[in-house]
Amino acid sequence: MIISKVDFLQRAQLDCETFGVWIQEGWLIPTGTADGEVLSEMDLARARLIRDLKNDLGVNDEGVGVILHLLDQIHGLRRTLEDLLLSARESSVPADDPSSADQDQGRK
Amino acid sequence: MKDPYEVLGVAQDALPEEIRKAYLRLAKKLHPDLNPGSKHAEERFKEVAGAYDLLSDPEKRRQFDNGEIDASGAERPHERFYKDYAAEAAAGHPYENRSGYADFAETDDIFAELLRRRAREARDARGPDLHYHLSIEFLEAVNGATKLLSLPKGGTLQVTIPSGIQEGKILRFRGKGAPSLGVGEPGDALVEISINPHPFFSRHDDDIHIELPITLTEAVLGAEVRAPTPKGPVVLTVPKGSNTGNVLRLKGRGVPRREGHGDEFVTLKVMVPPGPNPDLEAFLSNWAAGKEYDPRRDMKP
Repeated sequence: MIISKVDFLQRAQLDCETFGVWIQEGWLIPTGTADGEVLSEMDLARARLIRDLKNDLGVNDEGVGVILHLLDQIHGLRRTLEDLLLSARESSVPADDPSSADQDQGRK
Repeated sequence: MKDPYEVLGVAQDALPEEIRKAYLRLAKKLHPDLNPGSKHAEERFKEVAGAYDLLSDPEKRRQFDNGEIDASGAERPHERFYKDYAAEAAAGHPYENRSGYADFAETDDIFAELLRRRAREARDARGPDLHYHLSIEFLEAVNGATKLLSLPKGGTLQVTIPSGIQEGKILRFRGKGAPSLGVGEPGDALVEISINPHPFFSRHDDDIHIELPITLTEAVLGAEVRAPTPKGPVVLTVPKGSNTGNVLRLKGRGVPRREGHGDEFVTLKVMVPPGPNPDLEAFLSNWAAGKEYDPRRDMKP
């Protein structure tokens, strides 16, 4: 579901200025549409994460950028791992023939 | 639910600062977004957050200590974390960063082949859908319209609004979304419609409602008046002796629907002419029947 900027600021308990800084830092990436910038539930969850990092976990602004960068890589890795497992499962032969399954995995 | 003091690992008489410290220490380890693959961390975090919510509120803590409330229900309601969205989002969403394995891909054949295969699939994948928002006027929604939506990346999209469209409806335009990242079909454009309110029409499902002011003379003597409808004014017969609140139905003058149209309901509102009306006042002061009539008799205690 898409969220307007006004709703987003209210639901994320953010002021306009902070929101601008977070966008400038690349922490949040709104989607441009004909009616201006809109955001998603995903952006909202990300804003909550940033808020948790800053308020509850004692992370300063520099730290937030570092953590988000690492987290984005973790999610990229997690997706790649998922892709790999999927590919491996598709290409592996049925489990009732273990000997050829071993060979198969070795070649692919 | 476990004892919140135990969950946070603090003593019964811990100071508020100690409770906050204990919570922060655990949150750093257990925050679900910092442990995206761990169900255990998420469960523990919910317990910890719930315990903290209870003990950080002096009133709730006092009630708990006195045995007036127990710790059940203290768990935070199910909350969706960023990791949940990141896992569900389509590949290539703006935050995703796949640079964490670039070095493997260059050196390992098996890995590189699998990645190439996924890349081929990604290349053939449809482009993402683009979401737009379009506000239209009340009458455009009722009667239908054609609007031009200018797209952020240049170009326009002709949006044909079907008559009778509802608030929040999403129109899909096949192939008008973002191009595929590779050679696949482009995605779709999804246009969500919102409808601006009208100064005097309102709408309930397929029916139009309107409040129509009439003069005292028209109400008492009856009259033919012009009533606005979404397709233009029609002549409406106000029966003799009409009153504020009487509802007249204009059949088939409502919103188009699959078969025919809804109706328009006209609620009459009698207006006494403003300003001093010596003739009217003179008549009313001598009008015996008017004084006997008591419209509030049913309200008497």
